[in-house]
Amino acid sequence: MPPRETNRVGICLDPTKAVRCDIIRWIAVTKGITSMFEVLEKQALNPTVVRMTISAPLIARKAEPGQFVILRAKADSERIPLTIADFDRATGSITLIFQVMGAGTIEINSLEAGERLQDLVGPLGKATDTMGLKKVCVVGGGVGCAIALPIAKKLHEQGAVVHSVVGFRTRELVILEEEFRSISDEFKLMTDDGSYGEKGLVTTALESLINAGNQYDEVIAIGPLIMMKFVSLTTKKYGVKTIVSMNPIMIDGTGMCGGCRLTVGGETKFACVDGPDFDGHLVDFDEALRRGEMYREFEQHERETACNLFAKEAR
Amino acid sequence: MPERNMSLQKTPMPTQPAEVRNHNFEEVTLGYTWKMAASEAKRCLDCKNHPCVNACPVGIDIPGFIQRVANEDMDGAYEVLNRSTALPAICGRVCPQETQCEGMCVRKAKGDSVGIGRLERFVADWHREHSDVQPQPSVPNGHKVAVIGAGPSGLTCAGDLAKIGYKVTVFEALHVAGGVLVYGIPEFRLPKDIVRKEIDGLKTLGVEIQTDVVIGRTLTVDELFEMGYEAVFIGSGAGLPRFMSIPGESLKGVYSANEYLTRINLMKAYLPGSRTPIQRSHAVAVVGGGNVAMDAARCAKRLGAERVYIVYRRGMEELPARLEEIEHAQEEGVIFRTLVNPAAVLGDEKGWVTSIKCVEMGLGEPDASGRRRPIEIEGSEFTLDVDTVIMAIGTQPNPLIHRTTEGLDTDRHGCIITNGEDGLTSRPHVYAGGDTVTGAATVILAMGAGKHAASAIHKEIMGSEG
Repeated sequence: MPPRETNRVGICLDPTKAVRCDIIRWIAVTKGITSMFEVLEKQALNPTVVRMTISAPLIARKAEPGQFVILRAKADSERIPLTIADFDRATGSITLIFQVMGAGTIEINSLEAGERLQDLVGPLGKATDTMGLKKVCVVGGGVGCAIALPIAKKLHEQGAVVHSVVGFRTRELVILEEEFRSISDEFKLMTDDGSYGEKGLVTTALESLINAGNQYDEVIAIGPLIMMKFVSLTTKKYGVKTIVSMNPIMIDGTGMCGGCRLTVGGETKFACVDGPDFDGHLVDFDEALRRGEMYREFEQHERETACNLFAKEAR
Repeated sequence: MPERNMSLQKTPMPTQPAEVRNHNFEEVTLGYTWKMAASEAKRCLDCKNHPCVNACPVGIDIPGFIQRVANEDMDGAYEVLNRSTALPAICGRVCPQETQCEGMCVRKAKGDSVGIGRLERFVADWHREHSDVQPQPSVPNGHKVAVIGAGPSGLTCAGDLAKIGYKVTVFEALHVAGGVLVYGIPEFRLPKDIVRKEIDGLKTLGVEIQTDVVIGRTLTVDELFEMGYEAVFIGSGAGLPRFMSIPGESLKGVYSANEYLTRINLMKAYLPGSRTPIQRSHAVAVVGGGNVAMDAARCAKRLGAERVYIVYRRGMEELPARLEEIEHAQEEGVIFRTLVNPAAVLGDEKGWVTSIKCVEMGLGEPDASGRRRPIEIEGSEFTLDVDTVIMAIGTQPNPLIHRTTEGLDTDRHGCIITNGEDGLTSRPHVYAGGDTVTGAATVILAMGAGKHAASAIHKEIMGSEG
């Protein structure tokens, strides 16, 4: 490759390097980097899970599976971390899939297509490392499937054999089934109550796949903490490397608050900058489960307040 | 020449009574009146060597502005301040004057120094509230500079460059500009309205602030150059909190001071009806002895904690906090347990903090910092019953930028290495200053670094234009 031609201040003058034009075009189009974040599409995937596509060219340009954003719906909203479910570099949009469960997500869900989020920052955290993986079992639980899907998709696109195991409480909560099927070499859908797919937990399906002789380079598990804990316990028995995606309480997402700290292999790690992916065999899940409850009462109160508020508005 | 005021004492600062203010978040000190300011200004001898100016990291012409206050020319005084500092209302409130300008004041030979900080604050406040003289944007010189981080160093650098015609864009990771001025320092010490107005002043000068952009993630330093910025100033601060690595630090109720203060200040948990979760504590131990520790302790008191301890491993004399903050904290009922070091945080079966186990310390020989080294006294363990522990033992620079910028050298603490005063890093056209270079320090030192870097950037760009 010929040396890059630059001027005195290092501005790339090589027209084949398109980065500069891209950024400038986006800034021109959006009249400033942050005056955007418009909701382009919104769709309910099940009674409590929503898919939202948002205009965010700078984030879409950089996003990789496994990374997250922090957003605020309104000027006085909390900062909420959500993992990026999909991105489209061409249209400059990202997709988020989230469960409407706290005051913050209720507020995000109150925005309709055409409205704008107050703040959206990212992509944060490290991308999931899929390099060199040839055969992987991706395990998703509940809304965690939304985050597992782009990783499974990336693995599939790079030619890896992808087995997917997804679990839900019951049939009406199932999301992204078709999307998973289309990129999986093997697909298992589990429900706790047996109302759809097979009855049982994801660990049962995973264990039967392993017992059937499947040798995975890695298991990637994303879902509720308790699910990731038991997936890790299961794979530990078989000595299969397991990556989990942690989603603890955080404020800034850039390493400043320390609220997202976890114990991993006896060391303190910050999920926002050191993760969110960690070796599931090293994560202290019991501690993470306890820390996750820190504001439970507060959140419950806030959720009730928010629900009442929206109920009132709806009337 | 107005008549000198030879009183040995500083004109006292009107202050909210301690037992009132420790239940509210309104500003503790109320500021001088016009009369008080004019009278205090007359205590300045306008001495020949003006040692105060040399002790000011941004080199304010201190006797110059004070003489104008003495002559009751407040616009003129503001004009003098404005030449050297873009944020006088902030400096007047948060600078450690006793170790800088006021520490060198000749009036200290006998009695108190001149109340330089209080006068600076008065002039800035008066100007903000009464004057309609607005800063004017300069004629653009056609050059673009990017600043990373809208904290004290970045804003100062941006302001100085904008004043001489540069098009400056400041990129800020959070949703609001101000850095530690908005997420760290509490409302009762530095009202956010004042920060906002000083930043509005910069915007009037033409500084553009882009919030919600994390350099190192959303954009990289290299991309900033590709976007046409000719120099980059990194003022990303030291945001990464340290913990002690003692047992129990992951219990519920243990906060980093950053998290605690961010929830209260940036996310407004101090406002009644706020939706930001924060623990309503009964008894709190704040570990550390700096300004951040004082801020956290005083916030905890205001949020209703009955007992608040400062736990610090050295003695009262070694507390690194500003003198005024220590005095205010004491007046407000914060209990100082100095020469005490935490050994473990203890919790109940549900994982909530119940107490902190501490050990008493004695002082040994001076260590590398010149301060006497604290040594554990054997068998002196005791516990303090608390439900919250706040770790305020310092912060390190955030690694995001240097991890994503090739050729940017850092030391073993993660601080960016610069060539000294100019702030030039190991990367051409990339400058850095403030806590990201020095590790956690003060607002004014960061401002000084921003100022020096601005002048070095100007010299470089003008030099190369030749």
